[in-house]
Amino acid sequence: MDPIHQFHITTLFPITHSIGFTNSALFMFLAVGVAALLMMATTSSRAIVPGRWQSLAETLYEFVASTVRSSAGNAGMKFMPLVFSLFMFVLITNLFGMVPGFFAVTAQIIVTFALAALVISTVIIYGFYKHGTHFLHLFVPSGVPGWLLPLMVAIEVISFVSRPLSLSVRLFANMLAGHIALKIFASFIVALAGAGVLTAIISPLPFALTIALVALELLVAVLQAYVFATLTCVYLNDALHPGH
Amino acid sequence: MDHDAAKYIGAGLACLGMAGAGIGLGNLFGQFLSGALRNPSAADGQRPTLLLGFALTEALGIFSLLVALLLLFVVK
Repeated sequence: MDPIHQFHITTLFPITHSIGFTNSALFMFLAVGVAALLMMATTSSRAIVPGRWQSLAETLYEFVASTVRSSAGNAGMKFMPLVFSLFMFVLITNLFGMVPGFFAVTAQIIVTFALAALVISTVIIYGFYKHGTHFLHLFVPSGVPGWLLPLMVAIEVISFVSRPLSLSVRLFANMLAGHIALKIFASFIVALAGAGVLTAIISPLPFALTIALVALELLVAVLQAYVFATLTCVYLNDALHPGH
Repeated sequence: MDHDAAKYIGAGLACLGMAGAGIGLGNLFGQFLSGALRNPSAADGQRPTLLLGFALTEALGIFSLLVALLLLFVVK
């Protein structure tokens, strides 16, 4: 079994020669639909004493809100819709990826890079809109001796430019590697069970490991959504308060 | 050198990068435990930071795994 096969994009309905509705697009639509339905249906009753579903939605909201407040301050709350949408989208697409037969959208570098590019362009546009050229003070750390300044500015610029790359590759690589590892260990079970009586006895070992890996991947799926949201807040904080 | 052999050696070498992630994760959790055992009441508040550090450190190990996987499955 080819472990890469699960990431293969197939066109479901061709629209033009090169554009079509793919399985990747289908699961992105599904994720957005599930996220919207989850948040709207659970908060429609607006009970003072929340039920199970409403408290789920409120917990999710409060969790992201406290993340935004702690890393970007109260001024960062105007970006709460952006951060919350990103968090819910990444969380639900990650968790969708864990369902057997579903397509892992976040294991496509182009998807994660588009999300990261959205975050970084928001930072750059808002930074220049709010602070004008003062935004460039982001690259000039204060309290650095003059002879060290050119080096520090170069390092700061490189670190800023590499942010969309590291933000997208972190999510993409985690999802890709996790799914490939799962597939490889799952294929060990079949290979060992089919190879003979002696190897069939030890075939439960990779099975146990696969179960442990599923648990780890569920943790990673939630954690990477959290990390994506937190880093978004950290980067937005630079747009809100440039200059160290 | 044979093309396939070079590819497999490269993939194996790329996995050495995981040693760094291993050192980092060991350091991370070790330091957290030593701090948490000294002041258990403050440990719970630092758990999100611990998990964030875990995810950031683990990602670097995943990057080296990614290079290995790319060499194995994508490079022709």
